[in-house]
Amino acid sequence: MVSRLELCGVTKAFPGVLANDHVSFAVKAGEIHALVGENGAGKSTLVKMIYGVMQPEAGEIRLDGRPVEIPNPKAARAMGVAMVFQHFSLFEPMTVLENIALGMDEDIPFASLEDRVRQVLDRYGLALDPYRVVSTLSVGERQRIEIVRALLVEPRLLIMDEPTSVLTPQEVGQLFETLRALASSGCSILYISHKLHEVKALCSAATVLRAGRVVGSCDPGRVAARSMAEMMIGGTLREIQRRKDRAFGPVKLTVKELTLERDSTFGVSLQDVSFEVRAGEIFGIAGVAGNGQNALLLALAGEVPAKRAGAIRLDGREVGLTGPAGRRRLGLCAVPEERIGHGAVPGFSLAENTVLTARQRKKLVGWGLIRRLLSRNYAEEVIRAFDVRTTGASAAAAALSGGNLQKFIMGREILQAPEALVVAQPTWGVDAGAAAAIHEALAALAAAGAAVVLISQDLDELLALCDNLAVMNEGRLSRPLAAGQASIEEIGLLMGGIHGEPMAKTPEAGAADAA
Amino acid sequence: MRLELQRRRESSRWMLVLSPALAVALTLLAGAALFAMLGYDGIAAVRAVFIVPLADPGQWQELGIKAAPLILIATGLSIGFRANIWNIGAEGQYVIGGLAATGVALATWETEGNWILPLMIAAGILGGMAYAAIPAFLRTRLQVSEILSSLMLTYAAVQLLYYLMRGPWKDPKGFNFPQSRLFTDWQLLPAIGNTYVHWGVPAAFLIAVVAWMVLSRTVFGYEVRVVGAAPNAARHGGFKHNRTIWLSLLAGGGFAGLAGVIEVAGPFGQMVPQFPTGYGFTAIIVAFLGRLHPIGIIAAGLILAVSYVGGEVAQATLGLPNAAVGVFQGMMLFFLLAADALVSYRLRLVPTVSRAAR
Repeated sequence: MVSRLELCGVTKAFPGVLANDHVSFAVKAGEIHALVGENGAGKSTLVKMIYGVMQPEAGEIRLDGRPVEIPNPKAARAMGVAMVFQHFSLFEPMTVLENIALGMDEDIPFASLEDRVRQVLDRYGLALDPYRVVSTLSVGERQRIEIVRALLVEPRLLIMDEPTSVLTPQEVGQLFETLRALASSGCSILYISHKLHEVKALCSAATVLRAGRVVGSCDPGRVAARSMAEMMIGGTLREIQRRKDRAFGPVKLTVKELTLERDSTFGVSLQDVSFEVRAGEIFGIAGVAGNGQNALLLALAGEVPAKRAGAIRLDGREVGLTGPAGRRRLGLCAVPEERIGHGAVPGFSLAENTVLTARQRKKLVGWGLIRRLLSRNYAEEVIRAFDVRTTGASAAAAALSGGNLQKFIMGREILQAPEALVVAQPTWGVDAGAAAAIHEALAALAAAGAAVVLISQDLDELLALCDNLAVMNEGRLSRPLAAGQASIEEIGLLMGGIHGEPMAKTPEAGAADAA
Repeated sequence: MRLELQRRRESSRWMLVLSPALAVALTLLAGAALFAMLGYDGIAAVRAVFIVPLADPGQWQELGIKAAPLILIATGLSIGFRANIWNIGAEGQYVIGGLAATGVALATWETEGNWILPLMIAAGILGGMAYAAIPAFLRTRLQVSEILSSLMLTYAAVQLLYYLMRGPWKDPKGFNFPQSRLFTDWQLLPAIGNTYVHWGVPAAFLIAVVAWMVLSRTVFGYEVRVVGAAPNAARHGGFKHNRTIWLSLLAGGGFAGLAGVIEVAGPFGQMVPQFPTGYGFTAIIVAFLGRLHPIGIIAAGLILAVSYVGGEVAQATLGLPNAAVGVFQGMMLFFLLAADALVSYRLRLVPTVSRAAR
């Protein structure tokens, strides 16, 4: 049988780096084929060539046995190749439907497009209100727009770049059902992921990339995730080590009946959120994207002030009305989910980026002036301590890969020796090696006596790291569970709310915005 | 073979410097072609506008005098532009600055003292700041776009000028011409040595250099740059957006007001209805041509000053219309914005792999 997609010696070089070096593999019709590799292994470049965003310098791409040239994504879509990117291209002030309409190649009347969108939503059980404005949507909901967009062209080959990073276990299960149904109808799927247990569960073939080359291929069902991971990083993997006999100190961070009104900047309010984190404890906050995690991070970081000073306390001191700079001075630091443009300024050097959040605690400014030597030294210290792969402190933040920038941002906060650290989705889109390093750093910070709040959608991460965890759903926080006793099913049900329907649409949230 | 625009991994420092030069070069070529098509001697037109003012030492003093207000206003605007605060109304703030200084001058008309000129300067700066405070207030309190409010306020300022010149501030001994009294020696900027270049010119250059230090070294400069580059990161870092809007609009207004003072107390020597010469708008071009970088702005201010002086030369020698200067300035901004694509993208010739070759 002819392969749906075949790559023969595909090569692409960028100045100074060979992104893809004679890559060859084949994807059969109706096959779900995993493409795994660390960040920077060349996966993105490879799929961009298949999708026509870039052109290979050498080698050949064959679709259904025919050599093809794919000059642009429009041509790719015309050939039946669709793609869901990891980073979304959406217009924030416009609605879901408007965004979909803008991305369509054919000119479809709005009304019939809405019908088709609703059909796709229903068929694949995707929860999305076509009339909501994108800026009010969570990362998870935004991703669904991209999935709908891709499915509307009825592709023969669907490329998915890290699609599950923002979903609950139940949602992942549903997505997998969708993808399996799609595959059994004959559509091939090229599935890019770091999560090897997902690859094992979903894919029937896998190709492993490292440093631009194919270093192996396997049947994921028959190979241990660990050995795939080691193939990816070309070394042995470290396990997260947390001391079994760890003890907790006094309560450091107290959140009491924290309530925030809904606001255009985040789609979900916070209602009576209360929890406590002791010194040495890692407290996890699980939940599907868009259930108030963003609002919680902004509220804890001080970017959105609480209504009462007493809603948030650090070491007993009321900080609810204190701004981000003031809270940091007292020792409450935060790492937001979005690295580029929120945690770091993309066009600034790493040295300049230290000034953003470390200027008070590390005394990087004085008399209204920036102490450039100190900020450069601090950036270099972070780079060394967290093994950030970069050309140096003067490299622009935008030039770093996702995982390396995340290591830098984490390091920038951790080396300030915070009393309490709040991190959101610290390993989203980060490769296995960097994720392990970040987990280790969080465990070490807690061991040193800090209180850590870990907001994540990755249950494996939460269960491996946290002492206690609670689940956010529609702005409310569940009672805390001891991580050792909580089961994935139980947490998954809490994520879906009391109705136990994790995929249920949230009409109140959607309707208010549509109005 | 085909041309491909390929995104650079990091923006090119070379092109950052080269693209303004490229824009100037393209302006000269396109300008020559345009005026040749209109029936003028294209080469001579470009020569008159851009070469003669530089080649003739007699024009150099004039260049400095024309460049000074442009550099001052553009330096102020560049602070806001870096923070993505678009003050388009520097012309109005310049007029109000000039009027405030004139007000002081008229009130102290029969007085003598060293304190008068500093008082005029302070009044001009404060006047410009106060006028820029209106769009700042509207933006921070009512979310009114400062682009529109500042632009429209320009016309209000000009009407105020016309009213004052024809009414309350008209020179009683001016044969009913709509203009103020001539300023006295205590109210005029002194000239340097035996030139007719006033002290505002070196001050403008110095202020641009100081502004560069402030922007690159201080926390305020950092704040402005972060707010412009990544507003969410700025909030995360604890910088308040509204504070930045206020500070950068006040800075822009203050600089424009100061430019108004050095014009009215310098070349004009009195207030006249012809006071708004478009410096406030041309300074927008200067700010971008200079890369929002105060040192670049000095160079760009001189280039645009050349076009002003050269426009007068071309008018006198070739009969080129006065609007020709505006055409040249417009083309320069147009080419600059186009050439800026090359900062983050590179042009590459890509060989098309023909199917037969496979």
